[in-house]
Amino acid sequence: MEEIKMVNLKINGQDVSVPAGTTILDAARKAGIKIPTLCYLRDINAIGACRVCVVEVKGARSLVASCVYPVSEGMEVTTNSQKVIEARKTTVELILSDHDKNCLSCVRNQNCELQRLSEELGCDAKRFGGAVNTFDIDATTPYIVRDNNKCILCRRCVAACKNYQGLAIIGTNSRGFATHVGAAFDKDLADVPCVGCGQCINVCPVGALHEKEEIDDVIAALQDKSKYVIIATAPSVRIGLGEEFGYPIGSNVEGKMVTAMRKMGFNAVFDVDFAADLTIMEEGTEFINRLNNGGTLPMLTSCSPAWIKYVEHNYPDLIPNLSSCKSPQQMFGAICKTYYAEKLGIDPKDMVVVSVMPCTAKKFEKGRANQSAAGVPDIDIAITTRELAKLIRRFGLIFNELEEGKFDAPLGISSTAGLLFGATGGVMEAALRTLADVLEGKELDKIEYTAVRGTQGIKEAVVNIAGKDVKVAVASGLANAKVLMDKIRAGEADYHFIEIMSCPGGCVNGGGQPIKSAYERNNLDIKALRAGAIYAADSKSELRKSHKNPIIKELYDNYLGEPNSHKAHKILHTSYEARKKY
Amino acid sequence: MARIKISKVPFAGTPEQEKALDAKLAELKLVPGGLMPALQFAQELYGYLPIEVQTKIAEALDVSLEEVFGVATFYSQFTLSPRGKYQVSVCMGTACYVKGAGDLVDALKVKLGIESGECTDDGKFSLIETRCIGCCGLAPVMTVNSNVYGKVTTNQLDGIMAEYK
Ligand code: SF4
Ligand code: SF4
Ligand code: SF4
Ligand code: FES
Repeated sequence: MEEIKMVNLKINGQDVSVPAGTTILDAARKAGIKIPTLCYLRDINAIGACRVCVVEVKGARSLVASCVYPVSEGMEVTTNSQKVIEARKTTVELILSDHDKNCLSCVRNQNCELQRLSEELGCDAKRFGGAVNTFDIDATTPYIVRDNNKCILCRRCVAACKNYQGLAIIGTNSRGFATHVGAAFDKDLADVPCVGCGQCINVCPVGALHEKEEIDDVIAALQDKSKYVIIATAPSVRIGLGEEFGYPIGSNVEGKMVTAMRKMGFNAVFDVDFAADLTIMEEGTEFINRLNNGGTLPMLTSCSPAWIKYVEHNYPDLIPNLSSCKSPQQMFGAICKTYYAEKLGIDPKDMVVVSVMPCTAKKFEKGRANQSAAGVPDIDIAITTRELAKLIRRFGLIFNELEEGKFDAPLGISSTAGLLFGATGGVMEAALRTLADVLEGKELDKIEYTAVRGTQGIKEAVVNIAGKDVKVAVASGLANAKVLMDKIRAGEADYHFIEIMSCPGGCVNGGGQPIKSAYERNNLDIKALRAGAIYAADSKSELRKSHKNPIIKELYDNYLGEPNSHKAHKILHTSYEARKKY
Repeated sequence: MARIKISKVPFAGTPEQEKALDAKLAELKLVPGGLMPALQFAQELYGYLPIEVQTKIAEALDVSLEEVFGVATFYSQFTLSPRGKYQVSVCMGTACYVKGAGDLVDALKVKLGIESGECTDDGKFSLIETRCIGCCGLAPVMTVNSNVYGKVTTNQLDGIMAEYK
């Protein structure tokens, strides 16, 4: 192995030794010194544009941007001299001079990197006057609001869309003072092939990008006594939510989350994990049928709505490869409004189903065609993890003091195979657990499929089930999905089954999850920490296979018949449509 | 200033132009950094860069339409509006400017309902501001295609424009 060359330097008088090629920013972090940043994001955005991260390097003519400047032998760096602090302060004050500084009503109030920098540097927000841009707010999609009046042109969203998703739907348009973030031909987001993943929201340091909130709809539904209001949470929500209340990343707060929702007055507090179990039954059966009857392979999972929209825009020729299964969110709503409404003797029109999702694209999905099993939309309101946290605060609940609650029966009962849906590889692992048992015709001890775990962008495995080699692949982040899709299109892929999640690392890192600052994103492996909480819960669980969920068995025995039955098809499956790009 | 104005003039590219662009793109897709030369070629070929042309470039070079648009709107050598049937240009050289060329431009913008560099939606008139065209004795000077008008005042504009109805 080639030896890594170490470089010795001094930062604020302290000796530091780091591998050659390290930036000053990273070297300083290693020495326990924090340098503020704004435009820099590890792995995706090192453009040296904002100059918030400047430091003094002895002998250099001017201050240097530490996020892109590599260390060299004998270098002497000062990160906190008066000169450096003044320069950063002026930079931020200039940004603030063309910024809609309405913090009090801003979605990012108290969770804003610009606000924090301004405070840390002691900025005078009104120091520089002059011209201010005014932009229309783009609220044309059901999922994202873009407010360029708050944009500081760090281009982190642009980098996320291009590098995580391989899409580059948004970029910087025009030049000079008129420069702004927008889509091609300054079209509305609703008129371009944006998939609604929300990764751009998650990296935005300020309030320029946020989900279209449905909080008021939830409150209105709760106040309408003629409605039976159900709430249910996706697997990743319990893993992310705690971060909004000061818990460390990777805390599972399921119990307190359930209690919080119950205290808000919902008629039932259910778990979308149940519908994930149901998805495994339907999707697993669909897969076996395709495998045995010469159906279109590889079969592609259909849980991730941004992924579905991506295929519809970019690979309409591969729509037949998509599983016809609705996503767990939609299956959940569909079962509520058919089976459960019948059981309760309630008109589905008088039922409101609220889903809590780590995802912004779910807001789009609920309005798709062919997602109304009972003649009314399967899901009425889809809120993000962040919106649930806001609701909890709005209701005045002291989250960390809440007792541990349990989901209601029956639709709150689930296996931890369903929980795995939150992490990349989880749907595949859950499916394999059930497929192996079903195809072998007996209960196997093998439960953990570690080959499909982990946060790598693309994973492959060959699993021998009942004497047959099943070749599977897993990808997260649409830039990675593209690699697999191009292979399929070119006829170069011999996979049988592929799981795709749009967000890097899967739903735990979804566009609706708590926003992490660049400092956290740059220094922690957030998706791995969150996924760890999922696998920890699964390893402690007694019920780890979807087909072993007693409520699932009951649902088929008493209502649906068998997986992929005619009735199951009517309620739990859907269709897709080719969409144009522009 | 919020949004960049996009011309509504229908695209009228010819099959010959399309063939020329295709040939150029086939060549450029093999080399890295082909976007700038592609845009320059297309700007020269069509006189502007409508969505039809930018889409073609995006597809050929395997970049997104926004990436093409971002570059096309960053450099002032590119334009998004076609040249009108009648190109109205006002000289903004020092002599003309001093004699009120700015007022002419302002009045034309109002009359035509467009900014400099744009074209009316019916494709008839486009408006540009030029550097000194060397007729300083006639300042302020404007031209409509190859016809030159000297010592123009704002009240003459209606009469001049009426010649091109
Ligand atoms: S983006 Fe940040 S600084 Fe700007 S208004 Fe919102 S909270 Fe305040
Ligand atoms: S939602 Fe996703 S696809 Fe749409 S602009 Fe943001 S990052 Fe790109
Ligand atoms: S929208 Fe947000 S992430 Fe994108 S450039 Fe503006 S401030 Fe940065
Ligand atoms: S230039 Fe280094 S963070 Fe922006």
